[in-house]
Amino acid sequence: MELAVIWFIAIAVLWTGYFVLEGFDFGVGILLPFMGRRDSVDRRVALNAIGPVWDANEVWMITAGGAMFAAFPAWYASLFSGFYLPLLVILVALILRAVAFEYRGKRDDPVWRARWDRAIVFGSAAPAFLWGLVFADVVRGVAMDSDHIVTAGLLGLLHPYALLGGVTTLSLFTLHGAVFLTLKTDGPVRLRARRAAVGAAWAAVPSGTAFLAWTQIAHGAAWTLPVVAAAAAALFGAVAAARLRREGLSFTLTAVTVVAASATLFGSLFPNVLPSTTDPAFSLTVWNASSADYTLTVMSWVAVVFLPLILLYQGWSYWVFRRRVTGEQITGTSADGPKEASAS
Amino acid sequence: MEALDLARWQFGITTIYHFLFVPLTIGLSLIVAVLQTLWHRTGRHEYLQATQFFGKLFLINFAMGVVTGIVQEFQFGMNWSEYSRFVGDVFGAPLAMEALLAFFLESTFIGLWIFGWHRLPRSVHLLCIWAVAVGTNLSAYFILAANAWMRRPVGYTVNEETGRAELTDIWAVLSNDQAWSTYLHTVSAAFITAGLFVVCVSCYKLWRDTAHGDTGTAGTAPPAGERALFLGTLRIGLVFTLLAGLVVTVTGDHQAKLAAEYEPMKLAAAEALWHTEEGADFSAFAVGDTGARYNPVDVTVPNVLSFLATGHFDGEVHGMNDLQEAYEEYYGPGNYIPNVFVVYWAFRLMIGLGLAGVAVAALGLLLTRVGTRPPRQRWFYFLGMAALPAALAANILGWVLTEMGRQPWTVHGELLTAASVSPGVSLATVATSLAAFTALYGILFAVEVGLLVKYVKAGPSHLVPALEDGEDEARIPHFSY
Repeated sequence: MELAVIWFIAIAVLWTGYFVLEGFDFGVGILLPFMGRRDSVDRRVALNAIGPVWDANEVWMITAGGAMFAAFPAWYASLFSGFYLPLLVILVALILRAVAFEYRGKRDDPVWRARWDRAIVFGSAAPAFLWGLVFADVVRGVAMDSDHIVTAGLLGLLHPYALLGGVTTLSLFTLHGAVFLTLKTDGPVRLRARRAAVGAAWAAVPSGTAFLAWTQIAHGAAWTLPVVAAAAAALFGAVAAARLRREGLSFTLTAVTVVAASATLFGSLFPNVLPSTTDPAFSLTVWNASSADYTLTVMSWVAVVFLPLILLYQGWSYWVFRRRVTGEQITGTSADGPKEASAS
Repeated sequence: MEALDLARWQFGITTIYHFLFVPLTIGLSLIVAVLQTLWHRTGRHEYLQATQFFGKLFLINFAMGVVTGIVQEFQFGMNWSEYSRFVGDVFGAPLAMEALLAFFLESTFIGLWIFGWHRLPRSVHLLCIWAVAVGTNLSAYFILAANAWMRRPVGYTVNEETGRAELTDIWAVLSNDQAWSTYLHTVSAAFITAGLFVVCVSCYKLWRDTAHGDTGTAGTAPPAGERALFLGTLRIGLVFTLLAGLVVTVTGDHQAKLAAEYEPMKLAAAEALWHTEEGADFSAFAVGDTGARYNPVDVTVPNVLSFLATGHFDGEVHGMNDLQEAYEEYYGPGNYIPNVFVVYWAFRLMIGLGLAGVAVAALGLLLTRVGTRPPRQRWFYFLGMAALPAALAANILGWVLTEMGRQPWTVHGELLTAASVSPGVSLATVATSLAAFTALYGILFAVEVGLLVKYVKAGPSHLVPALEDGEDEARIPHFSY
């Protein structure tokens, strides 16, 4: 297979990894207000469930961005300058969210924590919506001239298909996060997360199936049809498993849904990387946007050596924090908890 | 006013802001790792307290370094799409390597370190903070190799057909002498900054101790047991600073020689040297006329510039007027002289403030060389506290010199800054993002400093109480959020 095609797949894998991993911690952030009253231990239970892992989850996005820059400079250049305002909002949101996680507990003040909680909700919901919008626009194509400069204004990015893509990722990540909390916490948060999963499913199932169907009909390839079917089946299965309280199975299936949906998007996009709606001849493709073979070869070796290593130690960190988080552990009233816990 | 101007302002503001936190992350990760190793080896409770205390300050700072770094990666594509298109093949590779080799390591193990105090065996937990320190220091290498390539492009060709740079030799990019020299200079400056951060905090605590310790005004005065702790960390910070100061001086000299070789215009501007000279003097204070291109006032040290640039007191140093003429002939008409005023003063102030910080460290070591009591000279504490802003400013001035001195190029000799900006992005759009980042960064700065001050005032006993009688195990909280 050609190197440029391999790198298209590699970038699809990196974004997919990002959506699967950060997807659930976006969901936890979005659901924060529903997991406990303001300033409650329950909210801390939810946050500590993603505490050790969210930062490394976000590095999947940084790596995906860096890999696009290295392997497809023209794609990176047109996409990032062409989607300026959505990316600006994503950046502001991610900054607020990360700082909020770290600073929320650093003052014992309910007003302080309430403010950072709002930052967490906004900082999680905005990127969860906007990444769906951006990638739906990428699949659909945008107005772009012969120099590969995106000429679509902000309104040009708000096509109904793109908006549906945004609603899909927003609701799907919320469901993914709710199921994650049922799996990773115990006590009242686990019960509330179960109810939240049902609520999120009411939005994720219709928007997800509609978006996948639209993608397949308007942009899909023959081989993406079974992938779409798998995504839909996994989504229904995840909801059913959640209702049966099969938490591990349900989380596996929401993860499969995200993977299959992402594969559908990248599969429908190929061999384009950013189609032009102005004139198909102006489209950026795997071939006219890629770096030269030497760069791709170097990057391939780096990825082949280091990606397995990363998966190994990131997987190990999930193993270390495999136990459910409970309120008793945080307040120090459980037998195996700390003798003292502080708010900081 | 064009989008280009605002894009440059945004890059300057966001990069300077990012680099307030980065040196502290690089240096403090190592200092915290050293403190925890000392605890691991000796089992002494003060070292655990110091690890937790400086670890907390490190984490408050770490968060800001990470989030402002994401902006850096994105804005190459957002504001500088033509730059990205031209260099991605070469410049993107070290960036992607940075993410794969360093960021994953750093972010995974910081999570394990923060939340793993009770989950991991002590030795494994200690390895986690070392992994973070390795990750942060590794990330600096890749990004600086990318930056060095912009100043001395190597290992590439420009494809005539596509008009884009293409990588031909990754080892040339990674072993660029500008890359490792800049790395050593920047990272040792980061260690100075982190060392002086520890000095600043320790001086503050010891000063409060001398101010209120005897009169019993509690509150911000540290308990008696902390006096020994902060005298210890003061010494560690001073040693760090002084050792790093030696490296920063040697590599700074090397940087000047590399500039003379690869970026003669930058060196000439940094010295306000208009005409090529043999046995050029080092300018200590000049008033220049950049319009008429000469210096009406110039106080100089004879022959020293030639020595710094070439290693010989009578070596030839190129002047701006001669370089301008040569560049026009080679690259075509245009102004190839950077902003001399900014570059000249950034160079001087960087050296002055950087060396002042190192001098404070040397003085501090002299004052604390013997005994178990903190220095009685109270003026030293103020000096120790003032040294941190000096170091932070020196770092930033170093980048101002590097980046402004490279103008009008983004990639020296290959791509002009004016040709690097995103053509499809309007002035209003860049203005929106510039305003958003400036406001957000301003607010977050106040929040961050407020938290640092709060945790410094509260002191280590707030995080890890002193051991009570009969207690042999410290109480460390399980959860961080």
